[in-house]
Amino acid sequence: MTGAPRDPWQGLGAQTPARIALGRTGSSLPTREVLAFSLAHAQARDAVHAELDRRSLAARLRTLGLDAIEAGSRARDRATYLRRPDLGRQLDDASRERMRIAVHGKGCDLALMIGDGLSATGVAAHAPALVGALLPHVTALGLTLGPVVIAEGARVALGDEIGALLRARLVAVLIGERPGLSAADSLSVYLTYAPRPGRTDAERNCISNIRPDGLAPEAAAHNLGWIVRAALALQVTGVALKDGSGGGVDVIGTEALAAPTR
Amino acid sequence: MTHSQDIGSTRYVFASLKELLAKASPPRAGDRLAGIAAATAEENVAAKLALSDVPLKSILAQPLIPYENDDVTRLILDRHDARAFAPVSHMTVGEFREHLLSHATTADTLAALAPGITPEMAAAVSKLMRNQDLILAARKCSVVTRFRNTLGLPGTMAVRLQPNHPTDDLAGIMAVIADGLMYGCGDAVIGINPATDQPARIEAMLRMLDDIILRYEIPTQACVLCHVTTALDLMAKAVPADLVFQSIGGTEATNRSFGITLDMLGAANEAARALRRGTMGRNVMYFETGQGSALSAGAHHGVDQQTCEARAYAVARAFEPLLVNTVVGFIGPEYLYDGKEILRAALEDHFCGKLLGLPMGVDVCYTNHAEADQDDMDIVLTALAAAGVTYVMGVPGADDVMLGYQSTSFHDALFVREAFGLRRAPEFEAWLARMAITDDAGRLLPPAPGHRLVASVQAAAREREAAS
Repeated sequence: MTGAPRDPWQGLGAQTPARIALGRTGSSLPTREVLAFSLAHAQARDAVHAELDRRSLAARLRTLGLDAIEAGSRARDRATYLRRPDLGRQLDDASRERMRIAVHGKGCDLALMIGDGLSATGVAAHAPALVGALLPHVTALGLTLGPVVIAEGARVALGDEIGALLRARLVAVLIGERPGLSAADSLSVYLTYAPRPGRTDAERNCISNIRPDGLAPEAAAHNLGWIVRAALALQVTGVALKDGSGGGVDVIGTEALAAPTR
Repeated sequence: MTHSQDIGSTRYVFASLKELLAKASPPRAGDRLAGIAAATAEENVAAKLALSDVPLKSILAQPLIPYENDDVTRLILDRHDARAFAPVSHMTVGEFREHLLSHATTADTLAALAPGITPEMAAAVSKLMRNQDLILAARKCSVVTRFRNTLGLPGTMAVRLQPNHPTDDLAGIMAVIADGLMYGCGDAVIGINPATDQPARIEAMLRMLDDIILRYEIPTQACVLCHVTTALDLMAKAVPADLVFQSIGGTEATNRSFGITLDMLGAANEAARALRRGTMGRNVMYFETGQGSALSAGAHHGVDQQTCEARAYAVARAFEPLLVNTVVGFIGPEYLYDGKEILRAALEDHFCGKLLGLPMGVDVCYTNHAEADQDDMDIVLTALAAAGVTYVMGVPGADDVMLGYQSTSFHDALFVREAFGLRRAPEFEAWLARMAITDDAGRLLPPAPGHRLVASVQAAAREREAAS
């Protein structure tokens, strides 16, 4: 298909990922651009509504030598999840009981929660690689690792309750980001010291944009290892940790703080 | 004061005006999330029936958030103009709806009335209005503001050129500005959302925007949407800033969550005016709002999200802004679930803002986790164009690559102009014709290879590459 040409300044497109010099027919977009946009939106929508395959994820964690516990929030389906962020922050009763059974006597240094968030696609694609890359850092720091919890219908703060029930000093929440048109499979990690329900986003540190064209899992694991060490030394996460980082931590968005990048 | 309504054998009782307003609100996710929405469809209509009999005077007499606890309440009541209110002071909310829609009520009567209307009255009457009522009543309101051009004239709609870049790369921003200007957009403002709030980066962007506007003598204004405190610091250092931006909300606690006070906004308004950079007028403030911000900050005091939003307009109008827009679908589905709720909120916000005398634009937008798509946005944009929206956003291809949401595009603006015959701000439209971007009727000319605007942007980009 030939279609309406792009604008003569399409060379400027090298300067920005924005959709410029698209061309037009009359006042309207070329067919090519209407469909390209539709495809990007469709992929983002599918990522939002994708269900997390907890069993397959658990199998992949077992190959790393890790046992996983499956859990769910009180948001039973995606429609409820999207409307009721409060329910996505609370474990359902059965999951709560499973945490009580799983907790080791003295707890652990670090608990991991892997949650679907807004992109189960991103979680399935990148969470196992990130966990695999993190394990050498955990060993090097001499930390005890608690069970890995795979949670469905999860908001970031669900990790607070899980971390508290597992008596973890730190909880790392690996969760799918809200998909954009250019990337539907981004993963984020939120780290919270002394997790318990009621923690605010200002009390967490965040590493975002973990995906092939963003931050690679190895680099993300390196940053996470750095924050874990700092958090345990200073006994804090969030805004307060920013001061101890030597200025390498930037504020991102309104939610939390990003990790230092190399 | 308690309100009640009998429907058949059921008596619905509403303990306060606040509860009545919340339950009369057309359904939306945020009010359900807050636990203040009507429990059933019948209760929703019962609340509307009861609300239609409430006198406007009684709304004035019952602040939703106590005067002593909230500086926005104090602003609303201290500035209320009893003389302007007099012509409608005997009316109920239901009568007020009919008054607004009457042919006897004109642009002039509405302009005279605006200082007598409180946000709560505007919100209340909007809850009794259908979408078509919100369109016709807003369409009558005329609000004209000026900085380097004239915005809000009848038969016009302006566009904010929004050239965001994920890392604030100057060449990338320039490329989008060139694209937007070649598509005839940018009369409302060329406004960048910065990726970070670092003053040095903001300064570099402001200097670049100032340079473009001066070099091409573009009759428009620039803004980098940083925090008001950052803007105050930069203005003190004589950095060229046209407009001061700030996100605002409808309660004191919401504004605290944004890190602002009313005094800060007043200081910024004075500082920007003192720079005397506007050639046509002295409107220097640019405010953004959006339903759900108060609830999101835990600062809503049990007031429904649409009424909180209308209260934000009382904050805006105290500072005579050039531009106000509601970022209607950005906040996400827990506040506005789908295209229907976004459409309703867009029309309510635009109507309430206009009724209160504001130059009201709308960021017609959605996120990927909302139940909405481009077809929904086409309808929202079309409805707003019919309602006489002052301006909308212009984002290349509708895809904001920094903020990660979908807004309206340069092409969408062309669609509205063609469908409704709407023109740009006259000074800007004359400039486009001088630059051979449009013909004398304001229609885009076929894109000419080597247009000087594009050639010079390409040259600047090459220089930048050579330097790096």
